[in-house]
Amino acid sequence: MASPVAGHSPPPFFRRGPAPLARLVVLVSAALTLIVVDHRLNYLELLRQGLSVVTTPLQVAAGMPVTGVRSAGEYFADLARLQAENEDLRREQVALGTIRLRQEQLDMENTRLRALLDMRERVQVNAQVAEVIYAVRDPFSRRVVVDKGLTQGIEPGSPVVDDIGVIGQVTRVYPLNAEVTLISDKDQALPVQIARTGVRAVMFGAGSGTLELRYLATDVDLREGDRIVTSGLDGVFAPGLPVARVKSVDRDGSGGFVRILCVPLAGVESHSTVLIMAPGKPVLPSTGNDATAAPAGSAPAPEAVKP
Amino acid sequence: MNQPSFSSRRILRPVRPWFIWLSLVFALLLNLMPLGRTPMLPDWVALVLCFWCVREPLRVGMGAAFVFGVLMDIGYGSLMGQHALAYVLLAYTAGTFSRRILWFGPLQQSLHVLPMLVGTQLVMLCVRLSTDAEFPGLGYFAGSLIATLLWHPISFVLLLPQYRPEDKDENRPI
Repeated sequence: MASPVAGHSPPPFFRRGPAPLARLVVLVSAALTLIVVDHRLNYLELLRQGLSVVTTPLQVAAGMPVTGVRSAGEYFADLARLQAENEDLRREQVALGTIRLRQEQLDMENTRLRALLDMRERVQVNAQVAEVIYAVRDPFSRRVVVDKGLTQGIEPGSPVVDDIGVIGQVTRVYPLNAEVTLISDKDQALPVQIARTGVRAVMFGAGSGTLELRYLATDVDLREGDRIVTSGLDGVFAPGLPVARVKSVDRDGSGGFVRILCVPLAGVESHSTVLIMAPGKPVLPSTGNDATAAPAGSAPAPEAVKP
Repeated sequence: MNQPSFSSRRILRPVRPWFIWLSLVFALLLNLMPLGRTPMLPDWVALVLCFWCVREPLRVGMGAAFVFGVLMDIGYGSLMGQHALAYVLLAYTAGTFSRRILWFGPLQQSLHVLPMLVGTQLVMLCVRLSTDAEFPGLGYFAGSLIATLLWHPISFVLLLPQYRPEDKDENRPI
């Protein structure tokens, strides 16, 4: 290090390292690189997992007072409300019990009929119950964190449902918890069909908790109140899961497409107990060359697409 | 309470480096509290970082801002580099204006801090909107207003260790 005067280095309070502007340029370009790499290339999941070792203990520590206050609130909750809830649950259990009894019989009948029709068996869906711990603080997206992760065998891409319908999809898995992107997130797309007519479409989040059906022509047969279910065409979500109800249909759009807003059926924004299903492997639709895979003449119905 | 500044006659004790880092980690802890989508929560890390960049520009700067920004990105699960970029720009601005800001009283200081914090949020908004995220609504900026109101109390609390006298006596036992 050459100093202006031989044998004299500047006193320590003048030493400030590189000029602020140079440091700014270096760090801003580093941050911009991170942004571009994360957004465009998705290479940073490993870095995220590694550094989450630092943030996870902090998150657990930060969560303690909140869960403490919440459980204290539950402890002092109205006894009458709990009793009513208990009553409801018991009634529901009886109702579900009768359905289950019938379902066993229906399952057997279904297997027999499928064998007769020479169709492949539907895979048994195995699922895990998880609890939503909190909503992610990032105000630009709609995601929640659940208390099951890699150690419990959760895989990215798994569909997440509650007792009414589809909630979202697991997008990021950490060792002890997983991040679920809700269907109301703007980036989350879901292949669906209209239950009444069978018309297929793609559902997107539309912001503020609503959903939007896109790319449907203005003359589509659709009314307010129509139920939307999953079509299962992606091979990830099982077909026929309830998703949403049509709230408004605006046909005089200038874009050539009808603007359809829907409200989710499941408690997407209210956080409760959810079911994480094992993801189905996406299967390419049959090209028609192998006659055994798809029965001749049948449309690519969900059964044919499911493995 | 008279805010000690360059114009005040009060001489403070030097800051302890571990206290700076402890306060930043504590701010990160406050930010990581799982409060969900509650609106109008201040960004504690930005506020404390801004305070130390104004107060001690030689000790806390853009490097610390970058590190805490990356930790925030991981904690929030947001786009990697989003907070890092915004915090680095905040630290640069705060460090540049530190000599100017410290000449003012608490109210005028907050008026300097407000545009810096809103600018930090604007940077993050621009980054996320350019990557097709959802606009969170104007309530998003209320966090900065709350943080600005907190500037005076926060600077009092963070300077408390430096108010201690050199020698203890029976009137001042700490």
